[in-house]
Amino acid sequence: MTQLQTAPNLENADDFYAALLAAHEGLDEADMHALNARLILVLANHIGDQSVLEAAIGTAKVSCSRPQI
Amino acid sequence: MVAVRYQTAFKLYPYEKVADQDAPTPKRHPVVIVGGGPIGMGLALDLGKKGVPCVVLDDHDGVGMGSRAICFAKRTLEICDRLGCADPMVDKGVVWNIGRVYRDEREVYNFNLLPEDGHKRPAFINLQQPYFEQFIVEEIRRQQAAGAPIEIRGQNCVTALEQKADHVVLDVDTPDGPYQLEADYLVACDGASSPTRAMMGLDFEGRVFEDNFLIADIKMKADFPTERRFWFDPPFNRGETALLHKQPDDVWRLDFQLGWDIDRAAELKPERISERVSAMIGADIEFELVWTSIYTFRCCTMEEYRHGRVFFAGDAAHQVSPFGARGANGGMQDIDNLGWKLAAVINDGAGDALLDSYHDERKYGAMENIKNSSRTADFLTPRNPAHTLFRDAVLDLVEHQDFARPLVNSGRLSEPCTFDVSTLNSEDALPNGPARNRPGSACSDAPLTDGYLLDQLGDRFTLLAINTDVPHDLTAPNAQIDVVEISMNDDPTGALAERYLGENTSAVYLIRPDQHVAARWVKFDADAVKNSVQRALGGIRA
Repeated sequence: MTQLQTAPNLENADDFYAALLAAHEGLDEADMHALNARLILVLANHIGDQSVLEAAIGTAKVSCSRPQI
Repeated sequence: MVAVRYQTAFKLYPYEKVADQDAPTPKRHPVVIVGGGPIGMGLALDLGKKGVPCVVLDDHDGVGMGSRAICFAKRTLEICDRLGCADPMVDKGVVWNIGRVYRDEREVYNFNLLPEDGHKRPAFINLQQPYFEQFIVEEIRRQQAAGAPIEIRGQNCVTALEQKADHVVLDVDTPDGPYQLEADYLVACDGASSPTRAMMGLDFEGRVFEDNFLIADIKMKADFPTERRFWFDPPFNRGETALLHKQPDDVWRLDFQLGWDIDRAAELKPERISERVSAMIGADIEFELVWTSIYTFRCCTMEEYRHGRVFFAGDAAHQVSPFGARGANGGMQDIDNLGWKLAAVINDGAGDALLDSYHDERKYGAMENIKNSSRTADFLTPRNPAHTLFRDAVLDLVEHQDFARPLVNSGRLSEPCTFDVSTLNSEDALPNGPARNRPGSACSDAPLTDGYLLDQLGDRFTLLAINTDVPHDLTAPNAQIDVVEISMNDDPTGALAERYLGENTSAVYLIRPDQHVAARWVKFDADAVKNSVQRALGGIRA
């Protein structure tokens, strides 16, 4: 079974981040949410593995260094 | 009259009247450099050591006030080693490796610049810019005493220039009135607001970032560790960032992000600054304000760095945000690139096309610096809700998730530019050779039994032969070629083989006078070397 990759794995983190911000340039909040939702679904399909996706959801939910209100 | 544009920290080249001022016809000089900052002086030193006569014109008579640039990268120190002035910089400078990133009051991660072993120079030193400039000028004085044809003229302000077919005519103002002089080549190293650029009516375009930063350099006796500390949203500067960095002489650089809508005059009041400083370092620590400044920044570049016989270098050609220390370090790479090319054309008869490659290579380097420093600015100064959303998401993840670390961007520190697409490069002919020393790269240092590789390379074309023989009487049109032979017995740590051979048992590298790789092969081949030297001199266009 594949494990969720939590070590740095991006070929070029800065290039990815810049592309992500560029995709959001000029969008209002509703369009931003919609873009992000589509992006998650595209990436999820690429990953495919249900256990990895559930681990990713769990990681995203608990990984917050701010106090949760 | 020569206007005072800024305060100087100390005088280094007081005005003296020279014969040119009374000459019946303007005196012609091979190279005139406008601006006596680190970039202009660095170029003068390089040219003078190569025997190219040059005159530096500066409208002041010493080093500007304030620490300004404080981080000098390994590549800059290697260039200064070639120029003969790195030792006092490293002796005086503060070496640091550890960086810590905080969010609110908690450390979210730390990093070690961990320069790999086997380099003569550290990854970075912190040193106030006035010292950096002073050490270059001191080496110029030593070289002048030994006969190097360098002249520095303080309080000489260029007020007009006219470009002719084969030279430039300059009007220069001095305390004794105006005079004219001529230059075969002019290099403008006169800073971000370059008067030369303005006189020529040339554009300087790019992005302005809507943010203000306060620099407070303070002197204090504190046993804080020698580390770079960076805060996102700290209690003492809510919603903004802050930076703490050590300099020599018990001076610390504090940098506070202030936001866009500020009352500049109020923020610059010493009481207000002291209040901010105390909130950051602790109310019980005594300190003295050494230098303060509020800056905004922009990322700009000229379209072309060469205009006929006029060249632009350093901030005059391109300006970046301070994040990543890419300003002064980028400028030093400019003059490292231009110095040998001017010398090859003026002294050795190389063709004019070589000078075009200065723009090609250094514009490429400047765009890399602008890209990196703009990305940092986008991270630190989110311009829209998406920037804030992802920045905060990255910071939320980073404390517990290693993968998020490469996404945190509090500055991508200056690295030497690799001129991958330069027409001066020959095709890589070392099969699976180490990528770090592919044609276009600045040579990696490596320890030898006695000393370091880069100290062997000097500042002429060098044929570096590792574990193989090459003839010692190499000649090429328009270039002198030194030969450096190193055997495997002279590679005590194996670093040389790892960095230069890869799987190969031998290699021959053609290295440019700026210590960038021009070509490499497994064995010596006279025709291939001759071709590559010619190509590296701009003689063969792809």
